[in-house]
Amino acid sequence: MSIYLKPAAMLFMLLTLITGVIYPGLVTALAQLMFTEQANGSLIINEQGHAKGSVLIGQPFTANRYFWGRPSATGPHPYNAAASAGSNLGPTNPALIDAVSARIKALQDADPTNKAPVPVDLVTASASGLDPHISVAAAAYQINRIAKARQIDAVKLRELVDALTENRLWQVFGEPRVHVLRLNVALDELKRKSGQ
Amino acid sequence: MTAQGFLQISIYFIVLLVSVKPLGIYMARIYQDEPAVLNRWFSCVEMRIYRLCGIKPDLDMRWQHYALALLVFNLLGLLVVYGLQRCQDLLPLNPQRFSAVAPDSAFNTAVSFATNTNWQGYGGENTMSYLTQMLGLSVQNFLSAASGMAVLVALIRGFSRRNSNSIGNFWVDVTRSTLYILLPLSFILALVLVNQGVVQTFKPYASVSLQEVLTYQTPKVDEYGKAVADAEGRPLTEIVTVSEQNLALGPAASQIAIKQLGTNGGGFFSVNSAHPFENPTPLTNFLEMLAILLIPAALCYTFGLMIGDTRQGWLILGVMTLVLAALVFVAVSAEQNGNPLLTASGVDQRASIQQAGGNMEGKEARFGIANSALWAVLTTAASNGSVNSMHDSFTPIGGMVPMWLMQLGEVIFGGVGSGLYGMIVFAIVAVFIAGLMIGRTPEYLGKKIEAYEMKMTALIILIPPFLVLGGTALALMTDAGKAAIFNPGPHGFSEVLYAFSSAGNNNGSAFGGLAANVPFYNFMLGLAMLISRYGLMIPVLALAGSLAAKTIVPVGAGTLPTHTPLFAVLLIITVVMVGALTFVPALALGPVVEHLQMTGHYSFNAR
Repeated sequence: MSIYLKPAAMLFMLLTLITGVIYPGLVTALAQLMFTEQANGSLIINEQGHAKGSVLIGQPFTANRYFWGRPSATGPHPYNAAASAGSNLGPTNPALIDAVSARIKALQDADPTNKAPVPVDLVTASASGLDPHISVAAAAYQINRIAKARQIDAVKLRELVDALTENRLWQVFGEPRVHVLRLNVALDELKRKSGQ
Repeated sequence: MTAQGFLQISIYFIVLLVSVKPLGIYMARIYQDEPAVLNRWFSCVEMRIYRLCGIKPDLDMRWQHYALALLVFNLLGLLVVYGLQRCQDLLPLNPQRFSAVAPDSAFNTAVSFATNTNWQGYGGENTMSYLTQMLGLSVQNFLSAASGMAVLVALIRGFSRRNSNSIGNFWVDVTRSTLYILLPLSFILALVLVNQGVVQTFKPYASVSLQEVLTYQTPKVDEYGKAVADAEGRPLTEIVTVSEQNLALGPAASQIAIKQLGTNGGGFFSVNSAHPFENPTPLTNFLEMLAILLIPAALCYTFGLMIGDTRQGWLILGVMTLVLAALVFVAVSAEQNGNPLLTASGVDQRASIQQAGGNMEGKEARFGIANSALWAVLTTAASNGSVNSMHDSFTPIGGMVPMWLMQLGEVIFGGVGSGLYGMIVFAIVAVFIAGLMIGRTPEYLGKKIEAYEMKMTALIILIPPFLVLGGTALALMTDAGKAAIFNPGPHGFSEVLYAFSSAGNNNGSAFGGLAANVPFYNFMLGLAMLISRYGLMIPVLALAGSLAAKTIVPVGAGTLPTHTPLFAVLLIITVVMVGALTFVPALALGPVVEHLQMTGHYSFNAR
């Protein structure tokens, strides 16, 4: 046993140095040098220099005047970016059916005239609890409510959603989707411009 | 399956298969010490390492020595990861001031990362310091993967050598796997990931403001953390206002690259590659999926080259790909069909140009159905275990496919090294069965398969099912085991079965609802991981030693050719039959019952 201990310990130390110190250190140095923004969380910084969110991390929205994102299962409050989590509810768990029904009711209470079936991603919790996107269908479903709450023409909102829709990469990879935070920031800007 | 989903999956398979030959040739050169650019540029580093460690690279080992070196080396890694977790509160690079990890959880995690399982009972961003992630977990991602590759190379030498008493030098195999294969690939992947938005920083977590201030109700607690009730005994609530979001950061990209490439799968963040900072775009998703199977697939070609008959490597790769493709189809279809119980409540799950549709609970909008279900199948075919969606929320059949892939013994691609040595063992069984049928001594790749080899083979095939079924049964007979179950009904049984399938085959993915970070599961699953890793590696090395000592039998009229479609079918049947016969009864109690309930619109009522 002892004849293995010395080479094992030394080799372990040297490979730890290479893979646990030099490798992450070098990647960090290069990342900070070449891709500073991305390496530090893709933060959205406004003119005053305040961080108004991250491009990659979703935020919770509950007001009628905003587009709502995916339901989030993080605790103790939704979209807690320091403790990502999915719901882990199984497909036949009554708690899942109840939660989905409650979300559908909330959507319909906020927009009683909308009788369309609800897009699935708008009433099911995302995997991370931090999903920044919703499907195009989920955005379209909410246009009516926001148009009423903000007194804007629904056509204008549809244009805004179209403009902010992210397509599949090279028309192939991923799914078409709408960035909820960007969309809501654009909504507030629309209001500010028309208010001027 | 949608046309768009089919296209994405097809492109994935094409890119994977195209990469097999170049990387396979490269790895064969590395292991046979032939010039391959990097091993000439960095040979001075490699030689200096050997000199400092007192290793004689030309000195080959008997299988017993090889196994002992492996065990000592892995034990050392295990102890260091345990120690780092236990005193991370005293060590630097802990900006969030996390306390030391509890002993049972630290044991489980140390075993998990040393055995290339990477089962995670903890949540990364609220448990582990940057130092623990980097110096403990990341390092084991490299070294456990390199250990698996070393054992595979030793087994290959068992076939290619004749009348030899040695199977190579463990130190050299581990060093070369790390320096020339895992490290350069990880380095490139890590930089691409950062470019796409994966974080890589030592700064503390960032605070950003919320656009809409969030308020929520929470039970009121006193200073001891006990719930406060009013005079009539009703619990009091208070309203909390949140105006800032605290973003977990860290040196993630460097760890994510190796966790994908080394079939480790241990995420930097709690939700693994579902986290937008771990897998932000469809491009990172594609590359991370490619990284899961890249090395296991290419090793098939390396195997063919090193035994001097590439047809043998292609055959094994073909068998793996066929089984994988069939199961991808099943899982993607099941998830795309969605959950009929939700359709009944007025949810639109149809796929259209505007939405992915299907079962979106526990999935991310940017990945949709095809990329989530594909990932689930790849990560369990390989013993990777990283996830980009929550398997616990999959439909019963969609969740059964990953579970069964693990139960097949992680041989459909499997872990780096370990998958292929597992598949070679199944090929030996197939040859043996054929030998019995035609009444000749079976031989594989010119080596006679005799009683000793079959004993080792039987051990390797029987240990994982014993751990999976025995562990599940034991957990379900104890209160501690049952207390951790989250979902009611047959799905709860599936959670436990999945956990032991994962640990007993060194995969690491989970039905995450199971509250496994408790002493019972930390210990039981830790034990299962240890036994399935080393209980298999040691017989594989014994097999390698015994094969290396044999002479090579020339091909004769009675030799069963092992590169033909006939043998491919025989091999598929062997793998599938062993997996099916062993696990169908257990699967019938979990996913199958649940599927029938779901399609019959019956939601299990626990109340």
